[in-house]
Amino acid sequence: MGEVVVVTSGKGGVGKTTAVANLGVGLATLGKKKVALVDTDIGLRNLDVVMGLENRIVYDLVDVVEGTCRLRQALIKDKRYEGLYLMPAAQTRDKNAVTPEQMRKLCADLRSEFDYVLIDCPAGIEQGFRNAVAGAQRAIVVTTPEVSAVRDADRIIGLMEADELDDIKLIVNRMRMHMVKRGDMMDLEDIREILSVPVIGVVPEDEVIVVSTNRGEPAILEGKARASQAYQNITRRLMGEEVPLMPLEARNGMVGALRRLIGLDKA
Amino acid sequence: MALLNRIFGRSESSGKVASERLRKVVVQDRANVSPQTMDQMRTQVLNKLAEYMEVDEKNSSITISANEGSVNLVANIPIRRMKRGKH
Repeated sequence: MGEVVVVTSGKGGVGKTTAVANLGVGLATLGKKKVALVDTDIGLRNLDVVMGLENRIVYDLVDVVEGTCRLRQALIKDKRYEGLYLMPAAQTRDKNAVTPEQMRKLCADLRSEFDYVLIDCPAGIEQGFRNAVAGAQRAIVVTTPEVSAVRDADRIIGLMEADELDDIKLIVNRMRMHMVKRGDMMDLEDIREILSVPVIGVVPEDEVIVVSTNRGEPAILEGKARASQAYQNITRRLMGEEVPLMPLEARNGMVGALRRLIGLDKA
Repeated sequence: MALLNRIFGRSESSGKVASERLRKVVVQDRANVSPQTMDQMRTQVLNKLAEYMEVDEKNSSITISANEGSVNLVANIPIRRMKRGKH
């Protein structure tokens, strides 16, 4: 029996879909797990393009729920990564096309075939959010070090706890250590203290994410990139390994300049 | 400019400002308790108090009021009689 993990945030644009794509590839490759990614953002699907699988969609989530096709027919096999599958959202329907009850059933069916089911949740706290969390046993909340994103994270953590979904972990995404250092960005401690939720990882702001999203190839396997390493660590923690949080200190001064010059660090 | 301001102690770092604003707004958000939860809390508080005193439940009110950065639980519970012995 696998686990269903919902990736959610409240606020849009903080990196939910990127997190789902990278953790999916991570679990399938580093963990050799059988993984299903489910896009529940009906009407505004995007996990397909982030994964580079947009040209292979035939059936979607709503087709499965309505019985137009069988479960397997809507699961796109990612040929690059053994064991990884994507179920896309419908693009021409709205969030009310699916109910929480139907999602619970779908998640139960997927759990029996996969080790991990990662649910990409839409932004907001309405029906789409309710659907996404309905069948989940665990939640990962993605936030960024901004007042608006952390505030929204707090709201949805409250809503999930009220729903008795209380295995909740936090990813702080797009951290810019040089800004934290000069006092112009909230640090991890501030955020951890306010939300009082365990942190499963911190992902530094990294251009490699933009480049990989352009290409439709998740960045997690891009060896040296800092964001890739962060996602590799989160993957391991998700599987229950104890991995210490990586030092996020941006290298400033002479050493940093030198490392950037010879290409060891990204500028 | 920000650096100059900091050197002369004129303003806090923006990261600190963000974290302080966030703390306040989160307290305010969390204080927006649903009527059901509020009711449940009220019943529980009154039940607990009943171990020590007899209160006028009908004329009791418990509310959460938020204004300008501070959030308070305001309870107005008339006591009819204190119980003996238990305290």
